[in-house]
Parts: sequence; structure tokens; C-alpha cells
Amino acid sequence: MYDNKKVGFMFALPFVLGVLGFKLFPFVMSLALSFSQFEVFRSPHWVGADNYVQLATQDPTFGRALGATLWFVALAVPLRVGFALFIAHVLNFKLRGIGFFRAAFYLPSILGGSIAVAVLWRFIFSQRGLVNIVLGTLGIEPVLWLADERFSMWTIVTLFVWQFGSSMVIFLAALQNVPTSLYEAAELDGASKWQQFSRITVPLITPVIFFNLIMQLVHGFQEFNGPYMVTEGGPLQSTYLLSLYIYEESFRYFNLGYGAAMSWVLFAIVGAFSALSFWSSRYWVFYAGEKDSKR
Amino acid sequence: MSAATRLLFAEHDAEVAAAEQRRTQRRERAQLALRYSALLAMALLMLYPIIWLVGASFKSNAEIFGDAGFWPQHFDFSSYAKGWKTSTEFSFATYFLNSFLIAVPRIIVTVISCVLVAYAFARFEFWGRKLLFAIMVATMMLPHVILRIPQYLMFREFGWLDGYLPIIVPSAFATDTFFVFMLVQFLRGIPRDMEEAAMIDGCNPLQLLVHIIVPLLKPAIVSVVVFQFIWTMNDFMSPLIYLSTVEKYPVSLALKMSIGATEEVEWSSAIAISVVALLPSVAVFFAAQRHFIDSAASSGIKG
Repeated sequence: MYDNKKVGFMFALPFVLGVLGFKLFPFVMSLALSFSQFEVFRSPHWVGADNYVQLATQDPTFGRALGATLWFVALAVPLRVGFALFIAHVLNFKLRGIGFFRAAFYLPSILGGSIAVAVLWRFIFSQRGLVNIVLGTLGIEPVLWLADERFSMWTIVTLFVWQFGSSMVIFLAALQNVPTSLYEAAELDGASKWQQFSRITVPLITPVIFFNLIMQLVHGFQEFNGPYMVTEGGPLQSTYLLSLYIYEESFRYFNLGYGAAMSWVLFAIVGAFSALSFWSSRYWVFYAGEKDSKR
Repeated sequence: MSAATRLLFAEHDAEVAAAEQRRTQRRERAQLALRYSALLAMALLMLYPIIWLVGASFKSNAEIFGDAGFWPQHFDFSSYAKGWKTSTEFSFATYFLNSFLIAVPRIIVTVISCVLVAYAFARFEFWGRKLLFAIMVATMMLPHVILRIPQYLMFREFGWLDGYLPIIVPSAFATDTFFVFMLVQFLRGIPRDMEEAAMIDGCNPLQLLVHIIVPLLKPAIVSVVVFQFIWTMNDFMSPLIYLSTVEKYPVSLALKMSIGATEEVEWSSAIAISVVALLPSVAVFFAAQRHFIDSAASSGIKG
């Protein structure tokens, strides 16, 4: 608007400096570090691709952590996004007290990242905690959620899914832009609720689904507080996610080069998944205003 | 057909129609009731862990386990006292103070830097604007884990380790790009008439920002404050990496310590102190929720 280039740049200056100093420089530096051996009090020396070779061939922990991370993301991200969409759909009608419901469903995603909630989670999944009490009243034997490697993953998956609120409010805002006349017309044509949801709602908000999916993938791959606090990566490293391994390797044993290499592998995987989503998006994401005739 | 018969038929039709309408109404009401009860049940299921946590904080150590109800048999405040004192030489008063010592300066510098940058993006043409905006959106998706190690080394060079500067200073450079994005979105929705009028009256860009833009941006700024407060209170990774002196620990780290110190977790006090740790965030959330859920929704948020 204001054709005052210098002034505009001056206002943007904090960001330019911030991106250069706190994002771009560290970004490049971490790539360089990943090709070095660097224990924190000795100066780094170049080792080429050694770190990566070691990750791929000599580190069974890394393989296990990678597997656990992929398993976690495969369970937690679709569940969170699906849940968010479903609840948003149910909430999307003329409703008294919508503010209450919206706040109630949103609250966990505000608090969920805190250590206090991780403490709570560890507690409700403990041997005589809330979950087992409820199962007991249903006549189900108590499950050793935190000590049995078959179930431990579910404790951190539920913690992640529980925080679906932030995706939900984005979905809700998108749903409120879908014209109600479409549903009325479909109703007249005898479409069931499920058909209305799958044939009208979902196709119209694919861009938002896409956005939420990408953001949640990025979050899911970096999940730290849950496995660190609730399960401590155990039992038998069944919930030892990559983010945990990177943290311990880097800031507990101070193998910074090795840690950087692992974080680049994680970054590459997140990037690959995002790229895959972008690539596939042209088959399932439809933006309003794109006409078929243009193709 | 006589007029009377016709009238009769018409009446009958009307009755049928009315009955039909009553049926639909009844069905709709039943559906509505179903939807409400399903939603209520869901909300209760979602919030029950938190409700239960609050109840459990008043229970004795023996009563906590094995009871799915949240109402304690006897109210017992001793866990609060015990949890507050902690097993360290500092009480939670110290840790709360530390948390605020991080949060308050961080919020201030975040608001200032993000408003400046959002103003630039939303209202000015300048060299590299498109590219910078694209970079900003891209960094929102950049996994933070990749920057941790180099940032740690940088701050070590600066001599900032074991202090709050590594947590506060980056925010002074609008690195929390989500907020910039949110403010830009908000500014784009504000018509420029007022600014044009003020410009004609001879306002310079800085005066424009202070006297026109900031007052209009107030709702969005409140959202920034609320989010940054809650996220800073929740933040665990940064203090974990940068702080090593117990005296400087914020609440999140102190909580971790309280359940990590002994093998046998002292649950009742850990729970009581968790409730206290959640209080500031919950209070801020409810004070501002209506408002900032809207801005979260409109800008597409992380979290």
C-alpha cells in the first residue's frame, strides 16, 4: 500500500535478522555438524558421512526409535485429525451453548503440552489408576499400560489425540463457510447424514484437511513431552521415539554431531511426508474457484 | 362436491399436514436431544481426567488409587502444602516467580516485534517481501528439533547458558512466526480508510502504527499475549536444555523434578502441585477463550 520501500523494510528488519540469525544460520550449521564428530568440549572434526553410515548400519537403537516414531505417527496423526473433523462436524449446527462445547473441546489442546498433564497421564494409566478402575467396573482385568510394551504406545497416542482441539477449531471455522443450502438440497434429494458428510462436507474442505494433516505430521514426528514424561521411552524402548533419542544423544551424552545427523534424518522424513502430501494433494484437494474447464 | 364437503376435505388435509409437521418437529427435537447428549457425553469424557485430577488433589494418598469418583471423602489440603514446599530447598513460589520472569519479558518482546513485522507485511511494498513471507510460512512447518543443537552452541558462545536469555531473545526477532502470520491475517481484514485519512492529516508511518493500527489490532494482540503466556508456561524442552541451576528452574522443570526425584512417586503432592501449575493457564484461557479461539481458527494454528 504505502510505496515507501525503505520504511517497510525497516519494520520487517527484526524478522529478517531473526530468520538469518536464529533459523537460517542454525539450519545450515546443523547440516554441517551432522557431517562431523563433535563432543561438546572438543573441537569438531569432519568425518564425512560416517554418522549417517553408523545410523544406518550399526545402530539398532536408531532403527527401533525410527520404527516406534513411524508407528506413533501412523496411529496418532490420523486419529487426531479424524477426531477433530468428526467433532467439528457434529458441532456445526445451530447450537445453544456452542461456546461452552468449543471451549471444552479446545481446553485439552491448550493444556496438553504441559508437564502437569503428562503427570496426570502417567497417573491415570498407572496400575491402579483411573483407566484400570473404569475397566475393572466393566469386568476387564487391569492392564499394565506403562509396563507392558504391547500397550505402552497407546498411552502417548491417547495423550496426543486428546489434544485435537486446535485442529477442530480450524475445521469448525471452515465448516461454517459451507453454505447450508447445499445440505438442504441434499436433504430434499434424500441424502443420508453420512452421504451429506462424505459427499458435501469432506470434498468442500479438503484444503483445510490438507493443512491440518501437514501441521499435525510435523508435530507428531516431534512429539517429546509424552514419551519423555509419561513412559520415559519404555518399557523395552517401545515408546522411545526419535525425538527422545536425539535429545539424549545430544544433550545428555553431548554427541552433538551424531544428534545433528539424527535430526536431519527426522527432518528428511518429515519433508518426504510433506512432499508426498503436496504431490498427492492435486488428486484429492480441491480449491474453490478452480474450474474444471481450465484443465 | 358441495362447498361444505370441500371445506371438510381441506380441513382434513390441513390436519394431516399439521400432524406431519408435528411428527417432523418431534423427530427434529429427538435428534437435537440426541446430538446434545452425545456432545455432553463427549465433553465429559474429554474433561473428566482434569476434573478427576482436581478432586484427587484433595484426597489422601491411600484414597487416590482405586476410586473413579472425583469427590473426595475428606478434604485434605496437606498434599498442597507438601507439594508447594517440595523436596528441594526452594518452594514453588520460587519456581512460579521464575516462570513469570521468563514469560513476561518474552511476551513483551514478542508483541513488539511481531506487530512491527506484521505491519510491514500487511501494509508495505518492499524488496523481497514475497520471498520473506514465503520463508515465514515455511518456518512454521520447519521441525524445530533441527535447530536445537546449533542454537545451543550459539548461546554457549554468547555465554547465555543457564540463564533466560536463550528463551527470551529469539522472540524479540519475531521468530515465533505463527504470531506474525496471525497478525497479518487480522490486519488484512481491516479496511484502510482510517489510515488513509490519518496519512492525509500528515501522520508518518510510525504514528500511524501507534495511533491507528495498534488500537485496531488489540483483539489479535490479546490472542498473542494469551498464547505466548500459555506456551511459555508449558515450554519444557528449552528450560530443560538451557538451565542447569535448580534455583532458576521454571514450574515445568520443577514439576518434572518432583516426580523424578524418587523411585516411589509421592502421588498426592505431585497431583496437587500439577493442579496449581495448571491454574494460571486455565484462568487465562477462560478469561480470553471466546476471543482467542476465533483468532486461532481464522489463522490456522499450531499446537
